[in-house]
Amino acid sequence: MCNVFSKIKKAAVPVAIATAASLGLSAPAMADWSPKKPVELIIMAGAGGGADQIARLLQGLIEKKDLSPRPIIPINKPGGSGAEALRYIQDKAGDDHTILVTLNSFYTTPVIQKGIGVDVSNFTPIGRMAIDTFVLWVNSGREDITDLDSYVAAVKAAGTNWKVGGTGTGQEDSILTAMMEKEFGYDVTYIPFPGGGTVAKNLVGNHVDSTVNNPAEQNEFYRAGETKPIVQFTAERLPAYPDVPTANELGVNMEYYMQRSINGPPGMSKEAQDWYINLFKTLFDSEEWQKFCTDDGLACHEWLAGDDLGAYHTQQIALHKELIETVGATAITGE
Amino acid sequence: MGGLAEAMQPLNFMMIIIGCALGLLIGAMPGLGSVNGVAILLPITFIVPPTAAIIFLAAIYYGAMYGGAISSITLGIPGASTAVATVFDGRPLAQAGHADRALTAAAVASFVGGTISVVLFTLFAPPLASFALRFGPAEEFALMIMAFATFIGLGGDDIPKTIFSILIGLVLAAVGLDIISGQPRLIFGDIDGFLHGINFLVLAIGIYGIGEMLWTLETTKGEVMVHKVQISLDRMKSNFKDIKNYIGTTSLGSILGYFVGTLPAAGATPASLMSYGLAKTFSKDPDSFGKGNVGGVAAPEAANNAASTGSMLPMITLGIPGSPTTAILLGGMIIWGLRPGPLLFTENPEFVWGLIGSLYIANFATLVINLAFIPLFVKILTLPFSILAPIIYILCVVGGYAPTQTMHDVWLMLLFGVVGYLLRKLNYPVAPAVLAIVLGPLAERSLRQSLLGSHGDVTVFLTRPISATCILIALALICYPVIQKLTRRRRRNLGMGQGQG
Repeated sequence: MCNVFSKIKKAAVPVAIATAASLGLSAPAMADWSPKKPVELIIMAGAGGGADQIARLLQGLIEKKDLSPRPIIPINKPGGSGAEALRYIQDKAGDDHTILVTLNSFYTTPVIQKGIGVDVSNFTPIGRMAIDTFVLWVNSGREDITDLDSYVAAVKAAGTNWKVGGTGTGQEDSILTAMMEKEFGYDVTYIPFPGGGTVAKNLVGNHVDSTVNNPAEQNEFYRAGETKPIVQFTAERLPAYPDVPTANELGVNMEYYMQRSINGPPGMSKEAQDWYINLFKTLFDSEEWQKFCTDDGLACHEWLAGDDLGAYHTQQIALHKELIETVGATAITGE
Repeated sequence: MGGLAEAMQPLNFMMIIIGCALGLLIGAMPGLGSVNGVAILLPITFIVPPTAAIIFLAAIYYGAMYGGAISSITLGIPGASTAVATVFDGRPLAQAGHADRALTAAAVASFVGGTISVVLFTLFAPPLASFALRFGPAEEFALMIMAFATFIGLGGDDIPKTIFSILIGLVLAAVGLDIISGQPRLIFGDIDGFLHGINFLVLAIGIYGIGEMLWTLETTKGEVMVHKVQISLDRMKSNFKDIKNYIGTTSLGSILGYFVGTLPAAGATPASLMSYGLAKTFSKDPDSFGKGNVGGVAAPEAANNAASTGSMLPMITLGIPGSPTTAILLGGMIIWGLRPGPLLFTENPEFVWGLIGSLYIANFATLVINLAFIPLFVKILTLPFSILAPIIYILCVVGGYAPTQTMHDVWLMLLFGVVGYLLRKLNYPVAPAVLAIVLGPLAERSLRQSLLGSHGDVTVFLTRPISATCILIALALICYPVIQKLTRRRRRNLGMGQGQG
């Protein structure tokens, strides 16, 4: 492992310089660059989850609006809470035809899994498409659980027999789960599944007791009356769930968001970066994207790109390091 | 019925024909696979109305399912992962000059599989969707155990060698990042390429493409037979008479395939492999499997087509695509404003039944196109080996490179080719290793999820009704060939008087 580490560090230095240089001049000029071959859109989660839906929607919109001369091909690399995808992007340093759609595990996975030797601050920031939210869900069959108090009581009664389904140790939902464990003083069993879609399915099928899912991943089951939201981890109630309280309202200071952004490998050329920024800005402003955001409880008001997104990443990395320290990395990995 | 009428509209019908033809081509090209193919062709779907677009994608999907069989049979290279099991018997049949028989069997079995699955879908979709929900990690693991049990029957006479081959496959499947903790494992020091795991197609193309070529070179010493296959009307007739020999296996494979397809975790590849295993286990003549039994072509082909219809169910009701191709279809649905979920069936019935109807028409179109082109496909085999071998070699290299686009996989593919050849020389069955690398990750994940949930208590697999049933069936499947073998040996010994025992 030591070997991998030192090798990557060595490789990372010139790359970092290149990125820094490219970020230095961010003229929003239309680049003369455009893709010369199909572009891989890497999804750091499984098929059917929130990131997957977003990637496929974006791909479709690009094709529909004919925004790229070459096709964009979404590829799922869900292994190891996104470690597989991050490592893949890092190994593609200097490549202009690979981009990544992120979750917050973009920040947490490299901190928790040092073994993969990935430093996301070297990645090329392109654009932030949305801010996603989190809601606590249980199966509608759980009539004993109606609010946060009865939920906590049920979890405490079950102890470690309480199964929380999630998308992987180190993913944002596992961090929220760890934050709740700390806040309420209970201990649950966290079971990782490949992607939010599978998590939702296992909640509906009663194979897990609760999940912290994005609204997009549960909405259809909620509409069908199969699952119900208990509490939202947002500053204000989402329009989709006007009757569900936020944690803050209940006196529990817990607010957590997830960015959905597009990033390139380290050392992507300046021209390519500009081209992608332009592409995703067009998509961000499109009617279809804004409608998707409204329907799925995503916040898509503020566009962040290039340097600004890089600065946002830096701030979020620090925040997540702090969060991981507070709850303890072992609380998240469950080891 | 409305679905069928919709699919017969002139524009839709044209999309079906184009889609099937493109699908065939995509499926037949090793490594290109339906994922890239469908992704590249997605733009076309935006110039036609959504229904025609769905029909087009469905037709490509179906065509590719069969296209995989063409290269499996004629060249011995699986064009797609769903067609690996078709190589087992398709290739030997082609080498014996019966490529037309194998291709007919594949076309007919695919058609039967498609038909049975559409009927099952129409009759039982809602109850099956709720049944699929009862499949949690424990049930998924039990199902995988059942699949592994069918392998035991796959390996021929030598059960220890079969188990050894399964274990090699499982070790190869474990390479890469740990699926729960994300830590790298078995990456041979620090070879980066292994972090992404070993791609199943790399192994399959290596063993069957390269390994087979080396084997042919050795057995024929370079002077290779040229098959002169004359397709006459009589021969076609006898090919059709052949159908009764495999219709049983085909029906069984179709039902199994549809069912496995509806489970979100599985999909068409495990379905085709399990179907092959079952066909062999319950065959009157299991020894002929792997040496050129048409049943061995029909069973997996029926199952993979049935499973592709089946995998529409978790996509529609749960939003979980059973295969990369259905994932693209799912993307298309989201663009057209259709959200997969339990309500799609009731809120957008015309979409759901239009999709199923178009699958059925695509199924029929593929059958006709295929039967018409069999003489052309068979012509490939009349090429002398000195020309065919370099073509196969190039297709293997392209197929090894395409999935991840790294040279690492090409070297690995060549290495597997040499190892596959050696294993074959030493009389080890390679099919179980191929199956283990497909099912290994699925089995590992569900095993670890189950044990996390039960705090390490293994009885979880026996206390839940569905998983206990699967485990019992698995035990029966393991015992069946063993008992069969023992009784046969005893009979043989009795016949020989005092044998060596």
